[in-house]
This record gives sequence, structure tokens and C-alpha cells, in this order.
Amino acid sequence: MKGRGVLTGVHFMHGDHACAEGAIAAGCRFFAGYPITPSTEIAERLAQRLPEVGGVFIQMEDEIASIVAVIGASAAGARAMTATSGPGFSLMMESVGLAAMMEIPCVIVDVQRGSPSTGLPTLPGQADVMQARWGSHGDYEIAAYAPWSPQEMFDLTVLAFNVADRFRIPVMVMADEVVGHMVERVVIPPEDQIPRWERKRPRYPAGDGFKPFLVEDEDLVPPMVHAGEGYRVHFTGLTHDERGYPDMSAETHHRLVTRLVEKVRRNASQMIRYDTYALDDAKIVVISYGCTARSARRAVADARRMGIPAGLLRLISLWPFPADVVRELARQADAFIVAEMNLGQMICEVERYVSQPVKGVFHAGGAMIPPDPILQAIREVAFHGPRAGGGKASAG
Amino acid sequence: MRKEIRIAGFGGQGVVLAGYILGKAFAVYEGLEAVMTQSYGPEARGGSSSSNVVVSDEPIDYPFVLEPDVLILLSQEAYTRFRPTAKPDALVIIEEDLVQPWPDDRPLRIPATRLAEGLGRRIVANMVVLGFFTAVSGLVKRESVEKAIETTLAPRLVPLNLKAFATGYEYCVKEQAR
Amino acid sequence: MAHALVAEKHPLDDLIRRDRMPHIWCPGCGIGIVMRCYAQAILESGIPVERHVVVSGIGCTARVPGYMNLDSYHATHGRPIPFAIGLKLAKPELMVTVFSGDGDLAAIGGNHLIHAARRNVDIKVICINNFNYGMTGGQVGPTTPLGAKTTTTPYGNPEHPFNLPYLLAAAGAVFVSRWTTLHVRQIKQDILYSFRKPGFTFIEVLSPCPVGFGRPNDIEDGVEEMRIYRRRSQLVYRVPDEVPWEALEVDLREERPIYVGRFVDREREVFQPVRR
Repeated sequence: MKGRGVLTGVHFMHGDHACAEGAIAAGCRFFAGYPITPSTEIAERLAQRLPEVGGVFIQMEDEIASIVAVIGASAAGARAMTATSGPGFSLMMESVGLAAMMEIPCVIVDVQRGSPSTGLPTLPGQADVMQARWGSHGDYEIAAYAPWSPQEMFDLTVLAFNVADRFRIPVMVMADEVVGHMVERVVIPPEDQIPRWERKRPRYPAGDGFKPFLVEDEDLVPPMVHAGEGYRVHFTGLTHDERGYPDMSAETHHRLVTRLVEKVRRNASQMIRYDTYALDDAKIVVISYGCTARSARRAVADARRMGIPAGLLRLISLWPFPADVVRELARQADAFIVAEMNLGQMICEVERYVSQPVKGVFHAGGAMIPPDPILQAIREVAFHGPRAGGGKASAG
Repeated sequence: MRKEIRIAGFGGQGVVLAGYILGKAFAVYEGLEAVMTQSYGPEARGGSSSSNVVVSDEPIDYPFVLEPDVLILLSQEAYTRFRPTAKPDALVIIEEDLVQPWPDDRPLRIPATRLAEGLGRRIVANMVVLGFFTAVSGLVKRESVEKAIETTLAPRLVPLNLKAFATGYEYCVKEQAR
Repeated sequence: MAHALVAEKHPLDDLIRRDRMPHIWCPGCGIGIVMRCYAQAILESGIPVERHVVVSGIGCTARVPGYMNLDSYHATHGRPIPFAIGLKLAKPELMVTVFSGDGDLAAIGGNHLIHAARRNVDIKVICINNFNYGMTGGQVGPTTPLGAKTTTTPYGNPEHPFNLPYLLAAAGAVFVSRWTTLHVRQIKQDILYSFRKPGFTFIEVLSPCPVGFGRPNDIEDGVEEMRIYRRRSQLVYRVPDEVPWEALEVDLREERPIYVGRFVDREREVFQPVRR
């Protein structure tokens, strides 16, 4: 059943399928998942494709089992992934913390739908973006990317694997139903042009005194030992010392958790991705992500045609949040507008870093926010001042 | 240039495949930007089916069809539902045996299912209608759609589908000549 | 010349993380006995130690991997089985054993347990059943007998317990046995046997928890529970020919047999991601 790994070429591809192909191209060889709209096409594609490249696909009994099997497979050395939507994402949250604590890389794709609860299974939402950051208990940090096209479903899935492996953290691809179910051109590069960041591997031989969580590098990432290599290491979700042994002291706990958080903060520049449009002289900065950013770009283009100095900052990495970029924009901008398909989530993050008024263009989900309400918000701010409309508007 | 195309009918008529092949012809073989979307959820139930293609010479921001420039309607339900959404000067194509247009409407007509049955398989009516559209609209080159058909379908299905496409294309040429 | 009667080296030294001793288990607890059996079976398995991996969830028994000098994974509560499935499928040459308690495996992880048995994934499960949640201080669990006292059933357990061998037999395990911590030879033999038996195997070991279960239920101490095991254990060879499946339910407080033995040993196609 050997087939082609990387489908190099120009395709007209479904977003969920592009995500699956990104995983294959990134070297993902293990997928465990549970069917859930609108992510199911990722599982279906990988059920077909993984056996072709010698990989493993398994449909588990629920999303809890799925994420845990992914972590287990990764512990054995495989690049491993699961894909889900809101309800399943919620079920996975406990073990996101396990992956963070054990420092076992994994990739979780959330094709967001209208929520909370069962919500709108077949229609889009962007209301899981704070859950991606804060969903598990305790202090930990992750990376999360928001694709706005099938092409980015491919590219950011590759990036997610690289960031996960390089920094030994869970990484989320926070897609949405629009992008997941949209068909568009996807260019898959030749295999040797797919970026690949490897896991750090042990530098010392197995033996007494080997410390699997010993950190010797500035990046705070310990090399990773896989099951079956003779190191006989212990991984636990309990607070542990450099040997991996449980240690219930406040001192060890503070040192470990601080390192896990600091590891991501210190290396954030390698994880942060964003895109800009017409920002150079922009006085009104629109910030958006995922499918909503497509409408935001149109709104900004229309505003420019009307002579309004608007620009777009598109968040590609939601987490780590590009705080420095936003701070820098705050030096030139009169006002910020955040457009997102929820009732105000990433806007809170923007408000942390700017002193200007931030206007929200929100919708609870179910349909992509069209360009018009974003353009209207830009015009209100342009013609009536940054505090026009009382701050937060609804696109509905 | 932004053109919005909607193909609608009932489940089993292959409207999603037709939309995919058309979008692929634009995006891969014409060097244009194209997005295909389809209905999911409640609006996709009840046996109705539609696919939507937006094509443009610049990046497509908003991916959905709002006011179609082209409507290809293969069922009465689709006609009733979508006919009013079209732009005033829209190109409207109907499956003439399945759609009874309103008295004041003058859509283009093709007996796609009958022509497909003439080829032995009614399921290729979607390719017949795609051929008709290609010939009448001038929006896409014949070879681009043919390449999209060849690279999308399983090899054993390609000859019949190409034949169906050619049948629709030539039907249009013939009708226009008349 | 006199020699001190102290062994310099124990044959199992290499398999125990001695630097982690003393362990956390209470006096009279049976978990260490089973861990020793597991270590002995590994030694006799002929499978290189590097290929043995042990996985657990949360609980007293789940601390076993932390004391075994193997690649060991101490996962979230209830989730050792999916973790083990990931390890095994990603690296089939591993011999993956799940070592956890009845609460971890049959309550919070109960769904994974039955589905792994149904799939017949090639992992080895050793389940220590001490009839309660020990680590959290003796609460009712999925195997606590009807009427038994625990800290969360002060008026007596109003629920029926799981009959684990019956459950696993129905779910599809290819090997199901039960012993008590008195049966050290049989435990070791069955672990060894399960290493050689492809598919999902399940060994239940009844084990004293004098603090959590014994004390509130008038079982004086660990030794007293071992006496109960000795007095009442009854070997069965064929279920349901000799005794019905329902008879495998255990209640230490009642003067009735505790059936032990190999209840299931059968062949079923072993799970592979793609059937050959």
C-alpha cells in the first residue's frame, strides 16, 4: 500500500483535506480521532492516506481516548495528530495539560463550529480561541494558528508539527468551518522544500544518572527520549524533577511550571506568525483572523478606496499573541477594530496592549461575518471618532 | 472581475462535482482565483443540493455567492429558490425537462438528462450541462474543463464524462447556430 | 571468618528504581506483591527490558510504573489504555503493559477498557482490584460490593459492583484470569503467559487495602485479608460449565467462594490498523 507521501503540485482542494495533506507532508504517521462535524473530512482523508505511507489511523471511542492515544504515539516517537470540533475539543482539554506537563509534542486541529454545547455543527464559529489558550487547568502555554484558506490549512499544519516537535508542546490549528469546508487552490511544494524542525534528541547515552528533563540550553527545551530506546525514563503528569521523578515540593513545582511557561514565552518569536495589509500609514487598524480576516481585508480595501487610512493585521498565530506588533501599531494608530466570530475574545488580548479605544465587530457564529459590518465600523470610527458606536458592535 | 456561479439541483445530480470541476478548471488551469463552497446543514437537507463557485482575477476575500452572475438550475425547487437571487443580467441555464420557468423568464434551456441518457448514463447530466455552460458563457476554456475532468475522476470514468461534456458543448454550438 | 548475611544484589534490582524507595504504599497493601510478580515475569520473558513499557493512570496501583526501572508513563486518570494503544501502534515492537487499579480502569476509564478489549489491541492489562479508591482515602469504587462501607457510602454501598472477568469476557478479551495476592506463582505465570499471547489480555488481582476497604468492613488487616483469600479461593477451570459467570462476583465480607483461575483463553483476530 505504498503511495506518494507529499502530493507535490497544484490542487483544487478542500480545506480539511489540505490539512490532512499538510499532516502527511509534515511526516505525521499517527492519527487518532472521533468523527465530528465539521472536522470529519480530515479523519476520512487520513484513514485513506496514512496506510499508503506506512502510518497508523485509528478511530477511537471518544475524543479523550483520541488525544491520549496521540500523546502515547508521540511518546514512542511518531509525529501524531488528532482533529475535532468544539465538543471534542472540550473533552481533550485535560490531556492538553498532560502533554504540556510531560512535554510530549502533539497537534490538535479544531475546526470550529457555532458553539457553545452542540451549537451549530455544520456552521462556522471562532469562539474556541480562548479555550485553546486556557482550556486545561493550571499554568501552561501552547501555540495556536488560525488558517484563513485551504492553502494555510496545509501550511499551518506543517508549521504546527514543527513547532510542537521543536519546543515539545501541544500545538493547535484553530480552523473554522468556512475554511475547513472551502475548496480553493492549494500548492504543495516538493518534499525537500517542506520545512522540518526536528525534536531535540538525547546527547548522552543511557545509564545511571541520565536525566531526561535536564535543561542545558537557553531555549529551556530538554532533549526528548522515546519509548523503547533503553533509557528507561519516567514520564508523569505529576510535578517532577529532572529525572522525571515525582517531587511534591513547592520549589520543584515552581521551577517546573515556570520553565514550561517560560519555554514558550522565550521562544515566542520563532512561533509568532502574522500578515499585514495596508498597514504602513494606517490610522485605523483592523485586527482579525481565520475566515473573518478575509472579510476584513475586503473591508479595508473598500475603506482605502474611500480614502480612509485603514489597515489590517491578520493574526496567524493567535498564541503566542504578537503583542510587540500590536504595541508598535499603537504608536501610529488612532483606533483599533477587532473583527471575530465570537462575542469578544481576542479583543481582550488586543486591549491589553493598546491604550486607544478598541471597537469590536462580533457575531456569535453560524455565518461568516461579511465585509459590510466591518467596513461600517471603519467608517464610523473614521467619521465620528474612535469612540463612535459605543465600543463594541455586533455584526448581527 | 468577480463572477459568482451557483449550480443547484437535487441530491444525486452531481452538482457538487460539477462545481468542483469548474472551480478546478479556473483555479488550476486558467490561473485565476476560484473558491468552491457548498451548503452544509439544514439548507443542504431535504434532498436539495447546491455548489457555488466564485472566480476572480484577484484574491477572493468573501468566498460565498451573494448575487449569482450565473445560475445553473437542475430542479424546479432550485429554480424557485434561487432564480430571484440572480443579478438582473445573469446567465441562467435550466434543465428543460425538469424546470418549468416562470412565464416572463427566458432562461437558456438544455435537456441535459435526456442527452445523458442518450449516452447510456443519466448520472453524467452534470457534465452535459457543464459543457453547455462552457460553450455559452465564454468564461472558461474548453480544454481547462476537460483537464479538470481528466485529473479529478477515476481513469475508467473519464471517457464517458468527457463525452458527456462534449455532448453538452456541441449541443450549445448547434443551438446557437440555429 | 564471619560473613554478614546480606545479599549484595537481588535479581530484580535492575528492574526496580531503588532510588525511589521507600514507596508510598501502606503496610498490608498488596500492590508491591503484584509489582514483584511483574518484574519477575519481565526477567523470565526473554524480551529485552528496553522493549518493555509500562503505563498507568492515577491511583495507588498507578504508582507502579514510577517504581519500575522501565520506560514508564504515568498518564491522566482513566487513560492508560489509550496511551498504551498509541505507544503500541506507533512502535509495535514494544511490549506494552497497563498496570492500574479498578477505579482507574473500570470507572473513569471503563469505556476505554471495553473498547480496547473489543478491538483486541495487543496490550497487556494488569488490574489490581482492592474494592475502593485507596489513594483518595477509601471511597466507593466500581468494584465495591453492594452494602459495603466506604467514606462515601457511610450507610452501605447502594450500588452493584462490576464483575470484571465477566465484563472483559463479554467485551472480547482473549485472555482473562483472576488471582489474589496470595497467588504469586500464578500471577507471575499468567503475566508471562500474557506476554506470549497476542491480543488484549486482562489479569485481575484481588489485593488487600487494609486502610481503605479493610478497616470500615471489619477486615482487621492485610494478613487477615490474605487469610480470607486462602480460606475461600476456589480454582475454576471452565466458566460457565463449573460455575456461572455471575458467580465470579466478589464480596469479601460474605462467607462464599472467591473464584480464581483462567476464565478465558481464546483466539481472536488481533487488531492491526490495516488488516492483512
